[in-house]
Amino acid sequence: MRGILLQSAIISTPIEWYIMLSAVLFTIGACGVMVKRNAIIIFACVELMLNAVNLLLVAFSSYHSDASAQVFVFFIMAVAAAEVAVGLAILSMIYRNLKSIDINVLSKLKH
Amino acid sequence: MIKLIGLVPLFPLIGFAINGFFGKKLGKKLSGGIAVLSIAASFVVSLLVFMELNGIANKSQVVNLFSWINSDTLSIPFSFLVDPLSSIFLMIITGIGLLIHIYSLGYMSHDEGFARFFTYLNLFVFFMLLLVLGNNYLVMFVGWEGVGLCSYLLIGFWFKNTEYNKAANKAFIMNRIGDLGFLLGIILIFFTYGTITYGDVFAKAHTGSETIITAIALLLFVGAMGKSAQIPLYTWLPDAMAGPTPVSALIHAATMVTAGIYMIVRSNIFYSSSEDASEIVAVVGAATALMAAIIGCVQTDIKKVLAYSTVSQLGLMFLALGVGAYSTAVFHVTTHAFFKALLFLGAGSVIHAMSGEQDIRKMGGLKKALPITYLTMGLATLAISGIFPFSGFFSKDEILAYAYEENKALWFVGSITSLLTAFYMFRMFFLTFHTSFRGTAEQKHHLHESPKSMTIPLIILAVLSVAGGLLGIPAAFHGSNWISTYLNPIIMHKNPSTLSHETEFLLMGIATAVALVAIYTAYNVYQKSNVLPAENEKDMRPFERFAFHKFKVDEFYAFTITRPLNMFSTALGKFFDNQLVDGFIEGIGVVVKWLSGVVRQLQTGNIGFYIFSMVLGIVAIIFWSILK
Amino acid sequence: MLTGLLIIVPLIAAFLVFFLKGKNARIAALGFSVVEFALSVFAWYQFKSDPLSKQLYLNCTWIESLGVNFAVGLDGMSLLMVLLTTFLVPIIILSSFKTDYERPNAFYGLMLIMQMALVGVFTANDGFLFYVFWELALIPIYFICLLWGGENRARITFKFFVYTLFGSLFMLVALVFLYHHTGMQSGIKSWAINDLYQSGRSLTETQQGYVFWAMFLAFAIKMPIFPFHTWQPDTYVNAPTQGTMLLSGIMLKMGTFGLIKWLLPVVPLGVANWGNVAMILSVIGIIYASCIAIVQTDYKRLIAYSSIAHVGLIAAGILAWNQQGVQGALIQMVSHGINVVGLFLIADILFRHTGTREISKLGGIRNVNPKFAVMFLIILLGSVALPLTNGFIGEFLLITGVYGYNAWMAAFAGLTVILGAVYMLRSYQGIMLGESNTVTAGFGELAASDKAVLIIVCAAILVFGVYPQPLTDLAEPAVKTLLMSTK
Repeated sequence: MRGILLQSAIISTPIEWYIMLSAVLFTIGACGVMVKRNAIIIFACVELMLNAVNLLLVAFSSYHSDASAQVFVFFIMAVAAAEVAVGLAILSMIYRNLKSIDINVLSKLKH
Repeated sequence: MIKLIGLVPLFPLIGFAINGFFGKKLGKKLSGGIAVLSIAASFVVSLLVFMELNGIANKSQVVNLFSWINSDTLSIPFSFLVDPLSSIFLMIITGIGLLIHIYSLGYMSHDEGFARFFTYLNLFVFFMLLLVLGNNYLVMFVGWEGVGLCSYLLIGFWFKNTEYNKAANKAFIMNRIGDLGFLLGIILIFFTYGTITYGDVFAKAHTGSETIITAIALLLFVGAMGKSAQIPLYTWLPDAMAGPTPVSALIHAATMVTAGIYMIVRSNIFYSSSEDASEIVAVVGAATALMAAIIGCVQTDIKKVLAYSTVSQLGLMFLALGVGAYSTAVFHVTTHAFFKALLFLGAGSVIHAMSGEQDIRKMGGLKKALPITYLTMGLATLAISGIFPFSGFFSKDEILAYAYEENKALWFVGSITSLLTAFYMFRMFFLTFHTSFRGTAEQKHHLHESPKSMTIPLIILAVLSVAGGLLGIPAAFHGSNWISTYLNPIIMHKNPSTLSHETEFLLMGIATAVALVAIYTAYNVYQKSNVLPAENEKDMRPFERFAFHKFKVDEFYAFTITRPLNMFSTALGKFFDNQLVDGFIEGIGVVVKWLSGVVRQLQTGNIGFYIFSMVLGIVAIIFWSILK
Repeated sequence: MLTGLLIIVPLIAAFLVFFLKGKNARIAALGFSVVEFALSVFAWYQFKSDPLSKQLYLNCTWIESLGVNFAVGLDGMSLLMVLLTTFLVPIIILSSFKTDYERPNAFYGLMLIMQMALVGVFTANDGFLFYVFWELALIPIYFICLLWGGENRARITFKFFVYTLFGSLFMLVALVFLYHHTGMQSGIKSWAINDLYQSGRSLTETQQGYVFWAMFLAFAIKMPIFPFHTWQPDTYVNAPTQGTMLLSGIMLKMGTFGLIKWLLPVVPLGVANWGNVAMILSVIGIIYASCIAIVQTDYKRLIAYSSIAHVGLIAAGILAWNQQGVQGALIQMVSHGINVVGLFLIADILFRHTGTREISKLGGIRNVNPKFAVMFLIILLGSVALPLTNGFIGEFLLITGVYGYNAWMAAFAGLTVILGAVYMLRSYQGIMLGESNTVTAGFGELAASDKAVLIIVCAAILVFGVYPQPLTDLAEPAVKTLLMSTK
């Protein structure tokens, strides 16, 4: 009963709102990634972008009553989790070596 | 016996193998004995074959050994042909080879490379036999290159001497130039007639066009030029005297260098079908004969005199071939083999007695110390000068008679050559054996006649040099000219002499008179007035000096071929290959590297910049897809 | 089945050898390579009794959707090349016994992998498989040269690798192009060699020209033919001796073999249009490399250039595309493989005993070691193609073949007869003859393994020179069939 109500609430919200919300979230995330130098914040921003996409996927999935998009969402969440695990590990290594997590310090990879 | 012809080359091969593998362990007596025995055995077999061939009607016996190279229509068996021509050469090779082997037992007895010497010598005889026995051109080519190899090994026998090695290399390389011509000739024969087996080729020979026949004849002649030391490929032969003297006698006088004559006589049909080729052969032969004779007149090294004499005599043989006197050429090959081998062996005996001295200016008066050598060499000198009734008289006069018939100019050149021949031979003879001794006291003390193993071959060869003429006594002397009759079956187009006997006698008279004049001059100058060839180059007249330096032909070749080739190759390697060809390839790498250097500027390493450009890119793509 | 075994045995052997240590590795490698040789001799025996025996062919599906099959088989030509490979690899391994390489397990393991790839190249009947083996052969030799090479090896090996890979990629493009033109009627695409032949012959003249050049480039670089040869001298000189032997003895035959089996029958029109250019390049290469060889001072480099000259003649014979030319090429490939291994071993022996390969510093070794001098001379004579040595049979047939194509070409190609004698004899004189000096006086005796290799090589030179029948019997019918199919 509650589920049905919730779904009708989602559907009754126009799809444009979802699109706009996730577009805003995505843009914030993208701007953050581009401007920030702190690696952890960049990570958070990347997560924000991923979740913006997730939100959009779920919204469209509901809208079209097609579950396959939600499968993607699970994939993305799993990948994001793995990415965070690996990424944070790398970051902690970098911090241990360089005492900094400023990404501009790491420009030496080009040589 | 003919079926067993394979034994003839097999014996020397066995001797070669035994001496090659175990020579040093066997000791000198045994290894020398094996070498001599192997040649003796093949001489006996050759003799039996020769006699059997005389008795049977079919004078062209083919013996197949095994199939060698097969490629579609080109099938080349390893097979032997016994016919009058090859049997005569068999006798010369094994007979004179045997004598020279025996002689070498004495001559080389003090050399540490004794076994090695006989190894090479046996191998040489093996290849020489292959050369004359082969039933197709490729087997001849095998022997042809094989004798070249042995010649290389024997010229450079004393391999510690760099000059000798250079002479050996020169001989091999010059021969190879000829060999290439020969090889191309063989291939042209194959493509023209579809076979290279003598019988089949000669049967079809007339089907080829005249141009092709001339081309074949000339290509083969290029091969003959190399092997038989004709202009322009003759300069290796005088240098080849670096080898031990028996080698000079066997390889560079009696057998190997006559391979070119053998080859042309064998292929006589091509030459008699092509006027142009014959003419070229005759002219080259005559020019070589004359040029070498002139050089021979001023040489002072006893072996060099003989070497140029050989070149000159070979020239005469080619002159004979060029005027179509094929059997006469073979006749001269035979008599020349007798007296020239004798001369070389005699020279060897002299050198042996003089403790290695080869300069005739430092000899003189040796007749007392070396009576047998003196006598035998005297006979040989008379024979080569063409004095009646020695062997050289008959063969040479026959050549001159044919030349006279064909072309008076060729006859004239030939006669001048005989004049010079008689002169330089007697010059050498008088300087060596007559007048007084000019060497050191130590040499004088050491003078001795050679051991029996060396003098017996000399005596046998002397007998042959004197009596060799019996093989071809012309009709003018009521002879039957056996050799010409015997060779008849292999000469495709006969060229019977039409000269009257009176003219023939007249020519002989002229030749004899010319020789006598030459001998008298030599006697006058070197015996009576005791003139010595100049010690110092400055004392020579200009032409004499020019001739003494062999007309600077070696220098000419060095200047026009060797040095430019070296310079060209160096430039090719150092500049063209390294800088241009490789430079281009490396250049591609450099360009790629430079381009990457430019593009690399975009890789700042700043992640923010990367992401920014990525976002820009995505935005651009989105816009582009929308606008489209 | 047998062919499959021939490919798989070296691979298994390689893995086993990887796990062995020290001397065991090379002994095991030698053992396995001898087994492989025995196998190939058995295959030869099979072939003699029944040339179409099922034992000699193997065809199983590999990538079905792409029409790729693991199709290998032994016909006369392939068998000849496989025999050459399996005969040479044990000899090459044996020749390394006096050199102590670091990490021998890796060294010999790589050599065996190389052998597998080479056998694969020579037996493949599927275009895709051919390409895979072709590139696979490059990997082990790259590491052999890189890890065990002389100074400058990184730069030189890199150049070699990139250069040959560059050529191979053109071949890949050409093969893919051919593949796309297969199955025009049936609609089923296939990499099988006969389908590629058909597709190639159905192309237009221009297309065939492109395919010809793309594939020729790959083969020409591999052989190498002038002007694509500049990687070769440096690589040969810098690679470890065994690597050089593999490269010159067997690997360059991949190029010539490729010409015979994968190029000339595929695009007859392309060959008709462009074969003469390729022929001229080959003939120029003969004279060019011979001339440069004359002035070389380093003996190993001299052999490297002589190899270019020889391979130029082989390529010219193949391009003549007649019975004598192609058959001569096959026989000369075998002869050249044997001779060049001998020559490079001699260069190695010289270096090990005297510490130099500079001809001018050597001299008089004949005084110290006459037996070595004799074997050196025999190998040298084989390589200047003296009659009754193996080199002569091939060279005679090759020049005959080229003559059938064009008489002037043959005359120029024949200059190798003269120039070869010049550089070989000069170097022999410089190294072996004359008085011995301080460098060469202590030359000493040869090691047993070196002696064994030299004796085997000399024996092969003489045996095949006098009695080439076994080689010609293998080559003749195969070449005939191939030539018939393009007529």
